[in-house]
Amino acid sequence: MASGVKPRVKVPKTAAAGEAITIKTLISHKMESGQRKDKEGNVIPRSIINRFTCEFNGESVVDVTLEPAISTNPYFEFDATVPEAGEFKFTWYDDDGSVYDTSKKVAIG
Amino acid sequence: MKFKAMTAIAALALSVPMLAYAEADDDKLVTNEEIEMVTKAPAPAHLEGALDEVMSGWHFRADETQEMQRDDFDNPGMIFVETALDEWNKVDGSEGKACASCHEDLESDMKGVRAGYPKWNDNAEEVRTLAMQVNACREGQMGAEKWKYAGKEMAAMEALISVQSRGMPVDVAIDGPAEATWEHGKELYYTRTGQLDLSCASCHEENYGNRIRSDHLSQGQINGFPVYRLKNAKLTTAHGRFKGCVRDTRAETYKPGSEEFIALELYVASRGNGLSVEAPSVRN
Amino acid sequence: MDFTRRETLALGAGAAAMAVLPFQVQAAADEAMAEFTGGAEAAMGGIELTAPEIAENGNTVPVSVSAPGATAIVIYATGNPTPGVATFNFGPLAASQAASTRIRLAGTQEVVALAKMADGTFAKASATVKVTIGGCGG
Repeated sequence: MASGVKPRVKVPKTAAAGEAITIKTLISHKMESGQRKDKEGNVIPRSIINRFTCEFNGESVVDVTLEPAISTNPYFEFDATVPEAGEFKFTWYDDDGSVYDTSKKVAIG
Repeated sequence: MKFKAMTAIAALALSVPMLAYAEADDDKLVTNEEIEMVTKAPAPAHLEGALDEVMSGWHFRADETQEMQRDDFDNPGMIFVETALDEWNKVDGSEGKACASCHEDLESDMKGVRAGYPKWNDNAEEVRTLAMQVNACREGQMGAEKWKYAGKEMAAMEALISVQSRGMPVDVAIDGPAEATWEHGKELYYTRTGQLDLSCASCHEENYGNRIRSDHLSQGQINGFPVYRLKNAKLTTAHGRFKGCVRDTRAETYKPGSEEFIALELYVASRGNGLSVEAPSVRN
Repeated sequence: MDFTRRETLALGAGAAAMAVLPFQVQAAADEAMAEFTGGAEAAMGGIELTAPEIAENGNTVPVSVSAPGATAIVIYATGNPTPGVATFNFGPLAASQAASTRIRLAGTQEVVALAKMADGTFAKASATVKVTIGGCGG
C-alpha cells in the first residue's frame, strides 16, 4: 500500500431529481511514471493509479484508465446525472494492488 | 520527469508571441467565492524609492495556474494542509500531547499568526520564523523530535497554519528588537553574489515582469509560501526556495534555518507587507 | 564574451527555452491510435480538446475533452515516451461525455483526443502545446 494516499471528492450535497451535477476528484498519489532514474542510474519502477471509477447507486458514471502521463495527484472533473437520492462511490486502483475508495451521499432537494 | 537527450533549446522568442507582453495582469483573486485576496498593494514605506506597488506572484503566472487558486478543491497544495491537520491532532512525543492539546481551536487560535511571522520572540531573544516556533513547541512543549526545517511535514504544517491567516494582510515588524535582523536581511537582498553576480534585487526588483528564459519574473514575494510548485508537485517553503534561488545564481547557497535565511525571510516578508497571506499558493 | 547583468537578462527576456522532441515518437502514437480505432478513419470535428497554447510547466498541464454522444474518449500525448494518457469510458449516468484532468507533457508536442461515438464512428481533435523550461533553475 503506497503511503500517504488520500482521496478527496467534491460533490454537491443535494440535487434536483434528474439534475446534472459537476464532480471533482483528487487523490494524493506520486504517480511514479517509470521514466525516472535514481542516483545510481537505475530506473525507478512505475507505480501509478491505473484506474478510477465513479458509480452512483451501483450504476457507472465514468470508468477511467490512467497511464503514467497523468500528473501527480490525479485530478478529474466530470458531470453526473442524479436520478434519485443515493450514494456516489469513487474507487481508485493502484498498480501495487491497493484499492482506495470513498463515497458521498446526495439527497434530492 | 525525464527529458530526452535530444532536447534542443531554442533561444528565439518566435514561439511565445502572446507572452511577450510582460506586465503583471489585472485579474482578481477570490478564493472559494469568499476570500478576497489583496494581490496588489501600495509598497510599504521602507520600500520608498525602490518599488511603488507590491504584487503577489500570482499575477505573473498563466491563466491556468491562476485558476487553481480560485477553489480550494482545485488547489493541490490543500492536500498537504489536510495531512497537516492529521498531524495537528496526532499525539507525538514524551509529553503525550498533540498540537491540538494546547491549541484547542485551530482556526481561532492560529488566526493572524502566520501574518506576523517572522517575528521577535522575547523569551528566546531571537527572531523566530514559523518553522522555528513549530519546532520549539514540538521540542519544548511536546517532547517530540524536531522536524526537518524545510521538510515535507514542516511545509505542510506551515501551510495549515497559514490557511488560518488567509486573506489577512502580511504585517511583519521591522523595528525594535527585530531591526538588526531586518537590516541584515536587507543587506543580503541587495548584495550580488555568485558566478552570475546577481542579487535578489537584480531579478525581483529591477526586472520583475521581464522574462528569464521563459520564466515570468515576479517580485519574489513570499506571501504565498509555502507554495505548491507544479514543477515538483509538492510544497516548497521560503527557505527551500531561497536555497534554490541562491544556487541558481551559482553562488554558495545557505542552509534552510540558517541565520542568513532567517534574516532574509524577515526582510522579504516585510517587502510584502499589505499583501494578503495567500498560502498555499500555486506557482510553476 | 563578457555580458553585463543587464545584457544577460535582456537576452533572457523574451527568449523561450523549449524542449523539442524527435519525430520517431510520432510512430508509436499513430500505432496506439490505430489500435483504438481498429484502423478506421477518425473524422475531424464532433470532439473538443481544450489545452493551453503554452504550458507553464510540463508536469501539470490542465486539459479538457468533450464529445457529445461518445462512449469513450482517449487522450494521446504524441511526443511523450509512451503516448497513452487516459481513456474515459462514459457510463449511463454520465451527464455529459466530457472530462477534465491534468497531464504530464515531456516537451512541446501535439496532444490528440479520439472519441468513439455511439454509432461506432470515430472523431478526432488535436492541439499543439508548447512546453517551456523555466528560467530560474528550471
